[in-house]
Amino acid sequence: MTSSDPFNEGPEAAAARRRRNVFLALALVAFVVIVFVVTLVHLGGAGVSRPPVG
Amino acid sequence: MSKPAAILPHDAATITAKSPAQWTDYLQLMKPRVMSLVVFTALTGFVASGGHQNLFIAIVSILCIAVGAGASASLNMWFDADIDAQMRRTRGRPVPSGKVQGADALALGVVLSGFSVMLMGMAANWLAAGLLAFTILFYAIVYTRWRKRSTAQNIVIGGLAGALPPAIGWAAATGSVTLNAGLLVLIIFLWTPPHFWALSLYTAEDYAKVGVPMMPVVKGAASTRKQILVYSIILIPVCIAPAFTGLGGPVYLAVSVLGGLVFLLLAARVAMSRAGDMPGERDTDGLYDVKTAAKSARNLFAFSILYLTLLFAALLVEHASGLRPLDLLS
Repeated sequence: MTSSDPFNEGPEAAAARRRRNVFLALALVAFVVIVFVVTLVHLGGAGVSRPPVG
Repeated sequence: MSKPAAILPHDAATITAKSPAQWTDYLQLMKPRVMSLVVFTALTGFVASGGHQNLFIAIVSILCIAVGAGASASLNMWFDADIDAQMRRTRGRPVPSGKVQGADALALGVVLSGFSVMLMGMAANWLAAGLLAFTILFYAIVYTRWRKRSTAQNIVIGGLAGALPPAIGWAAATGSVTLNAGLLVLIIFLWTPPHFWALSLYTAEDYAKVGVPMMPVVKGAASTRKQILVYSIILIPVCIAPAFTGLGGPVYLAVSVLGGLVFLLLAARVAMSRAGDMPGERDTDGLYDVKTAAKSARNLFAFSILYLTLLFAALLVEHASGLRPLDLLS
């Protein structure tokens, strides 16, 4: 077993697993960024429509 | 939802010999070609609604509809793996070919369903999210699980799920669903039976082999050809209707009338043909390579895709470019 093949599944399968994991990580990062920007957009709208204080 | 019957033993042997799953195999689970049509019709609904959404919210909304469509496709592939393995058109799909395990397809479908509905609700509104959730559940449970293998009307029922994306896009843009949105849904709903039955006329052998009661299998080719014509006669006026309800403009009117005439002509040719009467009407696994008897059905199948695309493209172009819709009723 090597560090690049922790499940002893062979180099090809290990490489495919790494690629899938990278893709999954990127998808999760993209989801977090989307939620963050969506929140900013909604907060921005609320900020603009908020009546002036005082 | 119970697990479908196991994939046949000879396929199990194939599974062990396959190379490991790539991320592209998971993408294939989401039926990217179907997804692209869903995105296109949803985008048209979004733009034609005339709603004013933030550009980023608009992009996220369409992304959610695409991912939701992919999720329901993945659930469909999980459940139908047993019959997909036995049909020429579907045996290369990731689960029956052994590239992806059924449990992974199920997990992908469930996770993406949840994420897409939740994000739609947060980004656009909960009406659009509710419609998206309904569409996914309807396709995965009502169509795939309950009706597909039990009634010859399976395509009519399943067609509702494929028809809803324009209404989801409309709801995402405006927070409501109007009669014009319903008209777009009705167009796709009525378009689906002649489109898919034309295909099933020359793929009926596959469906018969796996026990799926597709219309030509249950009622025969002659009845299917008649029903294709009846649905087409109902469909074309509905396709023209948006030009009279303030939704479509002159381009749309021209496309819907001229294309509709061609559609009717092709449907009439199918009705008068012997398509589906003889077994073995396909030359290869492809959807378009057929023998002479089935060519009329193949032509209608191909043109139906073009017609729907042109209809929605006309609406999209008119509304995106600011062309005034016709006001033919005033």
